[in-house]
Amino acid sequence: MIADFRRRRAGMVGLGFLVLTALVALAAPLFISANDLSAAFAPGTPRQAPSGHFLLGTDAYGRSMVDVTIWGARISLTVGALATLLAVGIGALVGVVAGHFGGWTDTVLMRVTDWFLVLPVLVLATALASVLTPGVGTVVVAIGVTAWPTTARVVRAQTLSVESRPYIERAKALGGGHWHVMRVHILPNVMPLMLAQATLTVSAAILTEATLAFLGLSDPTKVSWGTTLQLARTVGAFSAGEWWILMPPGVAIVLVALAFTLVGRALEQVLNPRLQERM
Amino acid sequence: MSITASALPDTAAVPPAPEGGAAARRGPVIPLRYVVGRLVGAAVSMLAVVFTGFFLFRVVPGDPVRSLTRGRAMTNAQLATLRHQFGIDKPLISQFGDYTSRIVRGDLGTSYQYKTSVSSLIGSHVWATVYLVGTATLISAFLGLRIGVRSAWRNGSRSDRANTGIALVLWSMPTFWLALIMIMVFSVGFGPIPGMFPTGGMSSPNVHGLFPVIWDHFRHLVLPCLTLVAVLYAQYLLTMRATLLEEVGSDYLTTARAKGLREDDVRRKHAVPNSMLPAVTLVFLNLGTAVSGSILAETIFSWPGLGSLFYEALTVPDQPLLEGLFIFFSAAVIVMNLLAELLYPILDPRVRTS
Repeated sequence: MIADFRRRRAGMVGLGFLVLTALVALAAPLFISANDLSAAFAPGTPRQAPSGHFLLGTDAYGRSMVDVTIWGARISLTVGALATLLAVGIGALVGVVAGHFGGWTDTVLMRVTDWFLVLPVLVLATALASVLTPGVGTVVVAIGVTAWPTTARVVRAQTLSVESRPYIERAKALGGGHWHVMRVHILPNVMPLMLAQATLTVSAAILTEATLAFLGLSDPTKVSWGTTLQLARTVGAFSAGEWWILMPPGVAIVLVALAFTLVGRALEQVLNPRLQERM
Repeated sequence: MSITASALPDTAAVPPAPEGGAAARRGPVIPLRYVVGRLVGAAVSMLAVVFTGFFLFRVVPGDPVRSLTRGRAMTNAQLATLRHQFGIDKPLISQFGDYTSRIVRGDLGTSYQYKTSVSSLIGSHVWATVYLVGTATLISAFLGLRIGVRSAWRNGSRSDRANTGIALVLWSMPTFWLALIMIMVFSVGFGPIPGMFPTGGMSSPNVHGLFPVIWDHFRHLVLPCLTLVAVLYAQYLLTMRATLLEEVGSDYLTTARAKGLREDDVRRKHAVPNSMLPAVTLVFLNLGTAVSGSILAETIFSWPGLGSLFYEALTVPDQPLLEGLFIFFSAAVIVMNLLAELLYPILDPRVRTS
């Protein structure tokens, strides 16, 4: 399976880029100090064009756009990862339980899933984020609670196909309880699918995080790609043509979301032989 | 190539045996029962939306009375009167009673901020959104489906990879950022590009005469519409490409070629009709979601539609308006979903007989 993945160039490029981004984000505190990011003690004058000293210019507070963009990766990746963990967790739980128990449990759970699938995600996430106190945790919950239905559907389908295999019957005949069957026999079989689903969810989560932060529903004091763009909009950076404030966070969002999508698609193709022969 | 191919009629109207996808959904045999089932499903979803709408926005923090009277000296008695007027001084349970009886009568309440009924506010803003989203959907569906067909047909070619790549990049782009870039480049002007389009709104004041007014409208529509097209386009292309790829290499296509049809006819008359179903569904589903998706485009381009209304309501927070819009947006998706499901058996006989 790993060898198979390695043959997919787009997936490997995406993975490489993500590893690099994660390393830079993790190492960021080593070369960016608190002063570099503070609004009051910013190192440069506000809204300075790119120069030898500030390669990408400065933002509305006079912070280096290079530093701000790198630091933004920390929040965006963290929120993306946590929200995905929540979404895939809920989705997998609902999917496995629905697929394993079947009957009315399945019917009820799938009705709820379909209903969530229908709700306008942005409206719901916005509503949730405005209900809870603004902050990073709120954004995680808002995305997690709205992004799980696709995973639930995919996991349920896989659970159903695993359930029909003879060894599950054997496990049940030997006295394996529901919990045992779900944990030992079904979960390992849906794990790879959950991974593919997770990478696809992360890119959606990162986009939603930026959007919610842009709408002012996240913590505005935290430096993230969304809050940076929100600040840029409030000071009118785009009508002043200050591309160096607008481009870096936006391009970073596109690249990271794209990288996750590429990895997710490649994983899907590796896992689903029917897709494989077609793409 | 195989024997089954010759057993299949070569008209596209009777496609090969169903395999997964839409045909696999468990539906009753009789169309009437199918219709009733879908209607009941939609009604249940709608009911759930109404309940969620209430509880979701009832717990919004922030006192609407305080934010409305900000900057004005108000006595406690006056505040209490306002609270009584809005009906938010009662316990939650009786508020819920009022709410349900209102909704049943089709009354969405009165906006705190505008002091007019939410239904009339939605009514006066909905056309701007329909206009914007409709135009964007027509353009993006036309382009996306067309290019998706071409991409799938030349699967793996350089143009396929380029088109899929572009779609994936657009797919990964935050709407609001694209909108800001559009304003920076095409409204304000950037480098050698002059500012050609207005930064927002739907029309300029002091434009008279039929043609100048039409031209003015068009200039205002271009940027928000382009933004939405870019957002919607990717999904059409990717879905069309994926579903047509299912058909490429099918035996009935080989048969069609064997009887001497031109490649264009094989594609147009045999392959594409079979993969149109998911595409049509997507157009309908997207119409519903695009209405709420235009929140960002509308907000940034100050387009006077439902999206801007929602954003404004969010800042107050104007509970009845938020509630009403939430119900309206969800209802739009549910209705579109229902239409798509009712269209299924008409478009595809496989759904009728499965």
